[in-house]
Amino acid sequence: MNINLTLIGQAIAFFIFVVFCMKYVWPPVIQALREREKKIADGLQAAERAAKDLQLAQEKAAEELREAKQQAAEILEQANKRSNQVIEEAKETARKEGERLVAAAKAEIEQETQRAKEALRKEVADLALAGAEKILETSVDAKAHGEFLKKLAAQL
Amino acid sequence: MASENLTASEYIRHHLQNLTYGKHPELGWKFAENHEEASQMGFWAIHVDSMLWSIGLGVLFVWLFSKAAKRATSGVPGGLQNFVEVMVEFVDNSVKETFHGRSPVIAPLALTIFCWVFLMNTMDLIPVDFLPYLFHAAGVTYMKVVPTTDVNVTLGMSISVFFLIIYYSIKVKGVGGFVGELTLQPFGKWMIPFNFLLEGVGLIAKPISLALRLFGNLYAGELIFILIALLPFYAQWALSVPWAIFHILVITLQAFIFMMLTIVYLSMAHEDH
Repeated sequence: MNINLTLIGQAIAFFIFVVFCMKYVWPPVIQALREREKKIADGLQAAERAAKDLQLAQEKAAEELREAKQQAAEILEQANKRSNQVIEEAKETARKEGERLVAAAKAEIEQETQRAKEALRKEVADLALAGAEKILETSVDAKAHGEFLKKLAAQL
Repeated sequence: MASENLTASEYIRHHLQNLTYGKHPELGWKFAENHEEASQMGFWAIHVDSMLWSIGLGVLFVWLFSKAAKRATSGVPGGLQNFVEVMVEFVDNSVKETFHGRSPVIAPLALTIFCWVFLMNTMDLIPVDFLPYLFHAAGVTYMKVVPTTDVNVTLGMSISVFFLIIYYSIKVKGVGGFVGELTLQPFGKWMIPFNFLLEGVGLIAKPISLALRLFGNLYAGELIFILIALLPFYAQWALSVPWAIFHILVITLQAFIFMMLTIVYLSMAHEDH
């Protein structure tokens, strides 16, 4: 066993070999490891993001549900109000219509009464005239006593 | 041995000699001081360098991976955890593609084999004289730092796999099924001795081919590094660097092959024909 230049020759060779490995062998291996690491990191990040998104979506859904409920309540209230209003209006209209009908009926009754009175008056005048004729035994000239008859009728 | 000039063949022989501790027929238990003493020790000897380097690298693997496992997070993995996850995923996919049963042993076994063999092979890339010189300065004469160039190490691993093959064969198919598989194929029951010969050779060939493939590749690689080290020092890099670069492929491929074949053999042991 002797120490000689062989050792230096091997050192040179080893140095070149190590440099070769550093340049051509190590980088692809490290690159692959880095890529794997990055892929895992990305995956975990994506999962986290998805979880956050889910939470946001859930919150948004809850918010929207609450809003919808509120809206529904509002609509219901409005509808109730409106229906009350409609009922009120209908009542009013009905009352008015009723009053109008009553008024019309009254007017008609008045009219009928008037007409009946008129007819009665005429009848009475005629009866009075006939009675007078019978009493006088002569015909009464309607024309001659027209003025008188009219006065009579007006008094009735 | 120190400071004397070596011839080329002595240099090669020195580099291929393990640090052996064993029972010398005449001198008793001791570290072998040369090749002859080591070979005279016969079976009752142990390659201390192979043992220490392989166990040390195994401990390194276990320590690294357990450290990563303890600090594992479900978040973004950092450097070490990321690397360990890549390894585990790779081995797990290999196992899933090949082995379709359910076994708690095979995937960890495959991971250990791959990483351990890979680490042991990687020692091959360190210049052949660096560590031996270092140990020589510390007074240790022999030091072979690549455990997988020691056939004892590779055979030890493959024999463990062999026992697992037999264990799972018997566990899954029963003794009768295993014996039947060895004797009733491929020619039916009238050719039992012939079948047994064929299947027995096939069975024994598994661990031996597994061990010798790894040993042969790494031993040859190491030998070429040693031969290159005999060139003039200014010319060594021209051969040694390309061979080292090529060797990156070899060490990975051999570790992968050892792992894959283990999985394949064990999955065959799990299958009923």
